[in-house]
Amino acid sequence: MLNEKENTGTKTKADKKTAIIEIKDLHKTFGNDNHVLKGVNFTVNKGEDLVVLGRSGSGKSVTIKCIVGLITPDKGEINVFEENVLELKKKELNEMRVRIGFLFQSGALYDSMSVRENLAFTLRKHKRDLNADEIESEVLEALDNVGLSDAIDKMPSELSGGMRKRIGLARTLILKPEIILYDEPTTGLDTITSREISELILDIKHRRKTTSIIITHDMACAKLTADRIIVLKEGTIQAEGTYGELEKSEDEWVRSFFE
Amino acid sequence: MTLNLKNTFEDVGNATLFAARFFKEVFIPPYETRQFLKQCYAIGYKSLPLVAITGFIMGLVLTLQSRPTLVKFGAESWLPGMVALSLIREIAPVITALICAGKVSSGIGAELGSMKVTEQIDAMEVSAINPYKYLVVTRILATTLMVPILVIFADAIGILGGYAGINIHGDVSFYRYITKIFQSLEFLDIIPATIKTFFFGFFIGMIGCYKGFNASNGTESVGKAANSAVVTASLTIFIIDMLAVQITDLFF
Ligand SMILES: Nc1ncnc2c1ncn2[C@@H]1O[C@H](COP(=O)(O)OP(=O)(O)O)[C@@H](O)[C@H]1O
Ligand SMILES: [Mg+2]
Repeated sequence: MLNEKENTGTKTKADKKTAIIEIKDLHKTFGNDNHVLKGVNFTVNKGEDLVVLGRSGSGKSVTIKCIVGLITPDKGEINVFEENVLELKKKELNEMRVRIGFLFQSGALYDSMSVRENLAFTLRKHKRDLNADEIESEVLEALDNVGLSDAIDKMPSELSGGMRKRIGLARTLILKPEIILYDEPTTGLDTITSREISELILDIKHRRKTTSIIITHDMACAKLTADRIIVLKEGTIQAEGTYGELEKSEDEWVRSFFE
Repeated sequence: MTLNLKNTFEDVGNATLFAARFFKEVFIPPYETRQFLKQCYAIGYKSLPLVAITGFIMGLVLTLQSRPTLVKFGAESWLPGMVALSLIREIAPVITALICAGKVSSGIGAELGSMKVTEQIDAMEVSAINPYKYLVVTRILATTLMVPILVIFADAIGILGGYAGINIHGDVSFYRYITKIFQSLEFLDIIPATIKTFFFGFFIGMIGCYKGFNASNGTESVGKAANSAVVTASLTIFIIDMLAVQITDLFF
């Protein structure tokens, strides 16, 4: 537990740390010939923020959707909290899902509910012993965490892109997950808002000691948040290392991400 | 062509599995009572005006159209009974169900389709909330219960429309009109007609949910889901109606 605080700069080695997410030889084909994942292998250690780079359509979202059981891979192994996700029963999978937060690319806020309802809905389903006041105070706290307390009575359609992402994040955090999977948290936002979100991600990591996978195209976000980076290309991991290492990579294609 | 046929069979198979899941999940607590009532309101109450208007017109038109023939045979006194019978047995259930296919089934298809496309259904799934139970079970239950009620409502309004139609040509007291209807109605006219409306309701909800839940990515698929829900639900209503008539014929 002691070593796990150190981050940026030192290359993390799996043997010294506890692997929280382990992905082995993951394969997925859609339809007849869309072979998206062709043997993806990687590990995320406790307390680590792993950034995933790769071009659009390279299968980044598919990979993290496999982790939470939204997509079933054709072949491979996924271990989370030392349990094989693919062998879990529905009930066990759901218990695991509560411990994993997933931030969707679009935010995926429930359109028909107000911001308050969006957050309270998740809470109410999982903590049935909470009364209305306790739910309200937890909702307020979660919104306060992302700096949007005054949006509580708004409907999702009234929110800007950045606000939607943040409310989505607040909704994800309300169950206090140990792992958070971010799917392009800053895509489509202006530079300043992107930076705010990136800082929020960093802040969450430090305060809650969460482990994260962050999919992004935003190198500023990667630089700020990444303990380690992997690059996905044509269905396999093309490169792996810290920001500093990959920036000076021999491989021109990998380097091109950093320009 | 063979591919098309294969797809159709696959679709029917998937839809059957989808419907079977309803019967598995509907009995397992916790029950989504609040959401169910909300759906009943949205599906039942909000369809009332449309059903009322069409019901009234159906009754009125049916009376006006049947009258000349009956007059020719000197059987004008049969008019109320005949109109009520056609309304209750056939016209009100089918027309109401078709209206609900157009309004409710497509509405559900579009709503769930857009939830699917914008990953809201996935979001429920990953936060360990059963989206089938929350979204689908409540809607199917609501349509199964509300469509029969709407049909009974349409029956009543249709009979009122018939009364209006009769009074265009003569002066019949409402009491006499109703008595005539009850004289010609039998219990057996009502039971099979009511039973089939539950099936209408079930399929209207089920098809809307199925199409929405299986919308593929991209916004145009929301429109497709809604459209395909109407077409499939309408066709299904006619097929159920045909089966219902055959079965009723056999037993009664
Ligand atoms: N549910 C799905 N059904 C069919 N194809 C899919 C599905 N999800 C993703 N794909 C395909 O997988 C490929 C990778 O998608 P994705 O992981 O979303 O890319 P990205 O790396 O940009 O996140 C794309 O070609 C996409 O069309
Ligand atoms: Mg993606």
